[in-house]
Amino acid sequence: MFRNQYDTDVTTWSPAGRLFQVEYAMEAVKQGSAAVGLRSKTHVVLVCVGKANSEFSSHQKKIFKVDDHIGVAIAGLTADGRVLSLHMRSECIHYKFLYDSPLPVGRLVVQLADKAQVCTQRSWTRPYGVGLLVAGLDETGPHLYQNCPSGNYFEYQAFAIGARSQAAKTYLERKFETFPECSRNELIRHGIISVKEALAEGKLNGSNCNVAVVGIGEAFNTLDSKTVQQIIDSLEDRADEPPVDVAPVEGEQGAVQDDTDQAAAPMET
Amino acid sequence: MLAAAQKDEKKDQALKNLVGHPQTGRDCPFTLLNSPISHTQYPYVTGTSVLGIKYKDGVLLASDMGGSYGSTLRYKSVQRLKPIGKHTLLGAGGEISDFQEIVRYLDELILYDNMWDDGNSLGPKEVHNYLNRLMYNRRNKFNPLWNTLVLGGVKNGQKYLGTVNMIGVHYEENHVATGFGNHLARPIFRDEWHEDMTFEEGVKLLEKCMLVLLYRDRSAVNKLQIAKITEEGATISEPYAIKTHWELEAFKNPATGAVGSW
Repeated sequence: MFRNQYDTDVTTWSPAGRLFQVEYAMEAVKQGSAAVGLRSKTHVVLVCVGKANSEFSSHQKKIFKVDDHIGVAIAGLTADGRVLSLHMRSECIHYKFLYDSPLPVGRLVVQLADKAQVCTQRSWTRPYGVGLLVAGLDETGPHLYQNCPSGNYFEYQAFAIGARSQAAKTYLERKFETFPECSRNELIRHGIISVKEALAEGKLNGSNCNVAVVGIGEAFNTLDSKTVQQIIDSLEDRADEPPVDVAPVEGEQGAVQDDTDQAAAPMET
Repeated sequence: MLAAAQKDEKKDQALKNLVGHPQTGRDCPFTLLNSPISHTQYPYVTGTSVLGIKYKDGVLLASDMGGSYGSTLRYKSVQRLKPIGKHTLLGAGGEISDFQEIVRYLDELILYDNMWDDGNSLGPKEVHNYLNRLMYNRRNKFNPLWNTLVLGGVKNGQKYLGTVNMIGVHYEENHVATGFGNHLARPIFRDEWHEDMTFEEGVKLLEKCMLVLLYRDRSAVNKLQIAKITEEGATISEPYAIKTHWELEAFKNPATGAVGSW
């Protein structure tokens, strides 16, 4: 994307009907490290790669527990993600206080999307620069949703967001039809393998890989690094997966992209 | 002319020592400016007991159709049992207008819940908790909804029966009652209620208790309804009366034991 005269304000439309500030906010999501979510009939799994600022620092926390039955993985501006998680926690606990019942995931996601939409229509607030994968369980079963800075939300069987997420998605595309019947552990395995694809350099280990699960009979919890390390080790032992062709590295598109580009704006799909 | 009239009104107010209240804005006697705001609260038109029991297929509620105006049995067709959404039944004793207001709040709640149209719905437990919050918060403001409520329902095979009153006391039980029902009906429930009663057994038990209440509660009227809620939904019976017996020997010749001349 290149600068143009319609991209200063979120309240300015382009002649082609696009809001560039919102699209730029979605670019911020692509800058964050990868987060993957996948769902079976009984469980939802979130797997992320956490970047570390330097060798001395801890890895980025990308998964937040929102309630016993809902958790979220973020990609993009971490601060925005943290603030939205706090808001989600507040919504969940308020519902619990009023109705003594867990807030249905779909309703939380819509509330979140409505909150994001507000920022696309006011000149004094900027859009949130974080994409969220919301994993949760309610009486209609396990769910996985993606929330965009644009205020859109989608439900998925499996999805990936963040840097090099296309590589993870390629793996998921091959395997997602088997996910509904997967066991909890198989689902975690698939998640870790797909996140491996999105790793540019370095090795996946228990410290930089966050895994969280929620399912029927299992409250949302993050696996500790030792367990994750064991699973990663066992994957290497297996090595029965044929080597996956790594998809072309995702980056800036080379072609000149001006405002009259006929491709649909990302948020409109 | 207008100016003169306005001047008179101000003079009138001053003579009556009325000022604008700093909080409500309305006219207030000057001498009462420093008293706490109190809401007039005593019930006017009241309903008496409501009974509720769990049975095999769900929950049964019973109440009469009386609305008393103090000691007068003034209204005899007051429906004190109402269905709430698909899964719940609500019965109330106490101030009838407050009950109507509560039903309005709950209908609005169910409406917004239905508008989500997402396969999730508020069950009896959720409605009960919401009512508890409502009643307790009103109590804290010293402006209670003057009712004792019975809430029964079935959702996903789970039967639920609970009660909440004007001070926010709430609990779940297999059998509940309000008002006089607590003293007259619950002892009978404790003796005769058992798990998985049939519909006929349940109705018989409720009618037995309603009869006792009819004899002994002065605000009871002989026109009652029984409501049933199961997984399929709620039904409220048409009003009917129960047979009472007054053929006691002592009633036939009241003067037998104490003959008097006046």
